[in-house]
Amino acid sequence: MDSIKKKRKPLTSNLITLAIVCVLFAVVFILVETGNATRHMRSMLVPICINIILAVSLNLTVGFLGELTLGHAGFMSVGAYAGCLFSIAMEEILPMALRFPLAMLVGGLVAACFGVLIGIPVLRLHGDYLAIVTLAFGEIIRSIIINLEFTGGAAGLKGTPQDSTFVIAFVVVLITLVVIMNLVNSRHGRAITAIRDNRIAAEACGINVTYFRMLAFVIAAFFAGVAGVLYGHNLSILSASTFDYNKSIELLVIVVLGGMGSIRGSVISAIIITVLPEALRELDDFRMLIYALVLIVMMILNASPRFAALKGKLNYKALADAVRAKSASSKANKGGQTHE
Amino acid sequence: MKKIFALALALMMVLAAFAGCANDATEPTETPVGTEAPEGTEAPATTDNPDAAEPAEGETLIIGGIGPLTGDYATYGVSVKQGAEMAVKEINEAGGVNGITFQLLFEDDQTDAEMAVNAYNKLMDNGMQVSLGAVTSGACIAVSEVSKEDGILMLTPSGSQVECIQYDNGFRICFADPEQGVNAAKFIAENGLATKIAIIYDKSNDYSNGIKENFVTAAADLGLEIVSEQAFTNQSNTDFSVQLQAIAGSGAELIFLPIYAQEAAYILTQAQSAGMEQIFFGGDGLDGIIEKIGADNVSATEGVMFLTPFDPNADEQNIKFTSDYQAAYGATPDQFAADGYDAIYTIKAALEQSGAKPSDSDFNEKMIAAMTEITVDGTTGTMQWDASGAPSKAAAVVVLRDGAPTPYTAE
Repeated sequence: MDSIKKKRKPLTSNLITLAIVCVLFAVVFILVETGNATRHMRSMLVPICINIILAVSLNLTVGFLGELTLGHAGFMSVGAYAGCLFSIAMEEILPMALRFPLAMLVGGLVAACFGVLIGIPVLRLHGDYLAIVTLAFGEIIRSIIINLEFTGGAAGLKGTPQDSTFVIAFVVVLITLVVIMNLVNSRHGRAITAIRDNRIAAEACGINVTYFRMLAFVIAAFFAGVAGVLYGHNLSILSASTFDYNKSIELLVIVVLGGMGSIRGSVISAIIITVLPEALRELDDFRMLIYALVLIVMMILNASPRFAALKGKLNYKALADAVRAKSASSKANKGGQTHE
Repeated sequence: MKKIFALALALMMVLAAFAGCANDATEPTETPVGTEAPEGTEAPATTDNPDAAEPAEGETLIIGGIGPLTGDYATYGVSVKQGAEMAVKEINEAGGVNGITFQLLFEDDQTDAEMAVNAYNKLMDNGMQVSLGAVTSGACIAVSEVSKEDGILMLTPSGSQVECIQYDNGFRICFADPEQGVNAAKFIAENGLATKIAIIYDKSNDYSNGIKENFVTAAADLGLEIVSEQAFTNQSNTDFSVQLQAIAGSGAELIFLPIYAQEAAYILTQAQSAGMEQIFFGGDGLDGIIEKIGADNVSATEGVMFLTPFDPNADEQNIKFTSDYQAAYGATPDQFAADGYDAIYTIKAALEQSGAKPSDSDFNEKMIAAMTEITVDGTTGTMQWDASGAPSKAAAVVVLRDGAPTPYTAE
C-alpha cells in the first residue's frame, strides 16, 4: 500500500534489531552447546527472554501508545496462572510439544481477555490517572489470586511441568519482535503513534481512538501473558507475591532505560537489567546498592543530549552501511532513530 | 553505546570491589573454583580470605546457602547466614572433620524464586557440594527442583512448606507448617488454656496460611471453638485496630498469632493500649519479638506464649551459642540463626557418619544415606530424620516473663 522507499528505513532498522537478536542467540547457543557457559549464565537465559518479551510488549503501550501503565505484572500473572493450570491439567493427556504452545496460547488469550475487561474502564482515562488505575488493577489481580483456592493462594502454585527452555523462549522472543515491529510499522501502528502525538488531531483525521488504544493495550496484555506462561514453566513454584507493583515498575525501568518507543533499546536494556544484579553477585553486601547506583548513572547517561548524539552517530553509521549496500543515498537524518 | 556502558559498569564494579575488600572482613570470599562471572569483569577471588583456619592439606567441603540478605525478609536470611557462619568457624577452628574443612558460600535471593535458582546455579559453578536449600519456602521449593537433578544433599534450615523437601535429597531443620498448627492446637487443648480462640493471620504469607489452616482443622477435632478469624496482608500490616476490636467483641479468651514477629509487635502494643486481657499464643515466627518490640514496650509481651524449638537459655549448649553469637554479631540469636547453626552441625554429623570425602564419586549418595542414620543434639532440640526428610523433634512452649523466654509450667 505504501511506496517501498518510505518503508525502507523502519524495515532496515527492524532487520538490524532481528539480526542483533539472532546473532546474540547464536553466540550464546554455541557457548551453551560447547559447554563454555557456566550454569549461572545458563540459568539467566530464560529470564532474559521473558524480560525481553515483557519489555517489548510494555513498550507498545508506554512507548508507542504513550500511556504509562503500571499493571503489566498483573497481566503477566494472569497469563502465568492460566497457562500453568492448563499445563497441570493436561500434563498426562497431551505431549509436551503440543501442551506447551497451547499453554502459552491459553495464557496469552486469558491475559488478553483481562486486558479487554480492564481496558474498558481504564482507557477512559489518560496520563497520571491511567497509571494509577492500572497500578490498582494489578494489585487487585494479585489480591484475588492470593484469595483463590485453585491458584494455591499465598503458598503458591506447584507442580507445573518444567517446559521452558532457552530455544523455546527465544522462538517466542522472535515471534513477539516480529509481531510488534510489524504492528508498529503498519497502518494500525501509525494510528497508534498518531494518537500518542496528538489525540485530537488523530480523532479529527477519522482514527477510531478507542479502538486503537484498546488494540495496543490488549496486544501488550497478550504478550505479557505469554511471558508469564514461560515464567511459570521455568520455576517449580508460582507465587503471587512475585507479581507485585515492584515487578511492574522494574519492567517500566527496562522500557524507560531502553528508550520509549525503541524496540531495540528495550531488548538491550532487558538484557542489561536481568544480567546486572546477577553479575554484581561478587559484591555481596554492596550488591543492591551498586545496582541502584548503576541504574542512576545509566539513566542520567541515557538522558544526556551528548550521549543521545553519540548514539545517533552510531545508529547513523549502522544505518548508512546497510543503506549504502543497497546503493541508496544516505538520506537518513541523524539522531532520528530512537526519539521519533 | 555498549562500550561506554561496559566501561562505566566495569569502573563501578572495580570501585566496589575495593570498597568490599576494605570493610567486609567477616565474609568468606568466593573460591576461584569454576569459571568467571558472566560479565567477565570481575576477578574470581580476592586474596584476603578471612578463613584463616583453611589448611594447606586436606579437603574442603563447600556448603552453599541461599536466602534473602536484602529486601523485606532480609532479617531471616542474615540470621541463618550468621548462624551457619559461626558453626563453620567453630568446626574449622576445631580442625574440621577427618581433615575436611568447611567453607560456606552464601548468596542473596531477595525471597524471589527465580533469583534463588540463579544463585543456586552460581553456587554450583563455585563447586558447592552440600546445599542449604533456601531460607524461605517459595525459593526453597524452586531450588529443590534443580537440586534434585544434581542429586546433592539439600538441607534447608527454615523452608517450612511441605514441598520444600519433596524429593529424596531434601531434608529440613525447622518444623513444617502443618505440624506447627497441629502442635499449637494440641498444646492449647491439653493445657486447657482456652476454649474460645481468635486468630489473626497474614493472608498473603504462605507460612501464616499453612499454620492457620492446620490449626483450624486440629482445633475443630479437639473441641476448641474458633470465634473469630481476622486476616491482614503484607500491604496492611501496621494498624491492627480493626482486627483487635472485632476480636474484643467476639468473647475470645486466647488470640492465636501464626505470624512473624514484626507484625506481632504491632499487635501486642496495640492490644495493650486497647486494654485487651486475652492470652497471646504464637508459632515460631514470634521468635525475636523482644527485639522487634523494643525495650520500652517489653511490658506488652508479658505472658505471651509461643511454640519454639529454640530457647536461648535451655541448656549449656544454647547458652554458649547465644553468648558467642552476641559477641560475634551484637544481637540475640533468633530461631533462624539457631536453624542455620544446627544445619551446619547436621552436615558435620552426616559427614562423620558416612566417612565420605568431598572428592568421592558417590559423596552425595553417602551423605543422603547418612542423614537418616544420625542423631543431632542441636540448639533447636534433638533431631532424627526419616526418609521423608522431616526432623522429629519436640516443640517447647515458652512464656515471656519480663522480656525473657521461660519454659511453660502449668499453673
